[in-house]
Amino acid sequence: MTTELKDHVGDVNDHLESVTVDDEPTSGVTGEDNSLGALCARAPIGLLAELTHRCPLQCGYCSNPIELERVNKELTTEQWVSVMEQAGEMGILQVHLSGGEPTARKDLEEIVAAAARSGLYSNLITAAVTLKRERLEKLKELGLDHVQISFQDVDPENAERIGGYPGATAKKLEAANWVTDMGLPLTINAPIHRQNIHNVGRYIDLAVELGAQRLEIAHVQYYGWAYLNRAMLMPTYEQTMQSVDVVEAARERLKGILTIDMVVPDYYAKRPKPCMGGWAKGFMNVTPAGKAMPCHAAESIPQLTFDNVADRPLLDIWLHGEAFNAFRGTDWMKEPCRSCAFKEVDWGGCRCQAMAITGDPTNTDPACALSPYHGEMAAMAREESRRPLKPYVYRNPKNAAEALKPKQEEAELTPAE
Amino acid sequence: MAETNRPGRLIVESGTKPYLPPYLKLRHDKGRDRWILLAPERILTPDKIAVEVLQLCDGVRSVDEISQTLSEQYSAPVELIQKDVTELLQDLADKGFLKAF
Repeated sequence: MTTELKDHVGDVNDHLESVTVDDEPTSGVTGEDNSLGALCARAPIGLLAELTHRCPLQCGYCSNPIELERVNKELTTEQWVSVMEQAGEMGILQVHLSGGEPTARKDLEEIVAAAARSGLYSNLITAAVTLKRERLEKLKELGLDHVQISFQDVDPENAERIGGYPGATAKKLEAANWVTDMGLPLTINAPIHRQNIHNVGRYIDLAVELGAQRLEIAHVQYYGWAYLNRAMLMPTYEQTMQSVDVVEAARERLKGILTIDMVVPDYYAKRPKPCMGGWAKGFMNVTPAGKAMPCHAAESIPQLTFDNVADRPLLDIWLHGEAFNAFRGTDWMKEPCRSCAFKEVDWGGCRCQAMAITGDPTNTDPACALSPYHGEMAAMAREESRRPLKPYVYRNPKNAAEALKPKQEEAELTPAE
Repeated sequence: MAETNRPGRLIVESGTKPYLPPYLKLRHDKGRDRWILLAPERILTPDKIAVEVLQLCDGVRSVDEISQTLSEQYSAPVELIQKDVTELLQDLADKGFLKAF
């Protein structure tokens, strides 16, 4: 025993490994291939449950698909309860209850209770403008573990313009105070883009004032509505770098007080993000209508077909579903990914971004400097970031219908020689 | 003051009586045969030593007492253990995952 302990003296940080997405089978897992242990070892650890696409806000940076799922197509209470139970059984550890606005579901209480019963660590991702104190108390009682509230800006007027919801800020501040009063951990989500990037420092102050544990400086990722509105959202390269500096200085200053997670805008990156920690590696998403997907933007890849949790068990979809196996691992890769030393580090980046920018989801994510499309993508971002700001398209069903009307194809990017 | 409203950084010292806040869940992940610490948007995988330390963090025992207990259990010098325990707990506190009386 002494030897074992001594091995650990001096390398304290090895005692605790922090992972956000990880389904690596441990060497300790043994048994038949179909035993529960083996299945769990291969299961995802995170589930994003998009309970509804209904939302009181109309943010143009939303990454939901343009084609919003209708309320009459949404899964029933029993179906969501079953998803939670199956998730717990197959070894999923955390569930993120999101949307749209998850509190728009009248049966959120039953879903939270099912998640808690199934041993899932639950996270409510809410805009908080329609949340009532009594309801939050009830959710906590039923086992809700964590609340994340989005703020569209720190300046109320600008925030309410961005979200298209007058009076939002006062309601959000009130709800954030309820969360900490009740002893629930609070995350402030700050969706960052060119219309609020100048306020990153003030977001940090706000999070500290509210007693949040955690702040997400989430630079907008360009999927769905955000892709449609990209030119109205893209910050300049200089603004982006400044915001990164502000966050890095604050991290040091606020050690032990506030954890700041940052999602960077990858149009200016040199290396791609390891999107979802690798396709179908540690994460799954269920849409309001029950489609099970490896990521929440996967529907933007037209080659893929998705199984529905109403028709097929969650574990079966995870292990054998066509969309999950389409880009799992590295076999699907082409050059320059195939021979790249980083292929099991970044997993080729984001399939949806490769689709959106290059028209082929098996291409290297153009955020990677090795992609032949990289230079053009970065130039496009720089050019768009300098355009005069115009009103953007608000996310709502009326604008969705308009945006989905067939129109002339935009010119696709061509690769560099 | 509520659990989540903290005045400042917690500095772990010999008299500190650490505990895990209720929203942190130390669980055995049976399917993957490992211990996990579930936190907001995080999953920590503490090793065997860290789990033993965390199980002693009850808000009653001090860092001194925790170190003494582990020192006896592992027949190792208490100074070494205490240094290790303090660093581990400070690391957790800096991640926002530890409270103390």
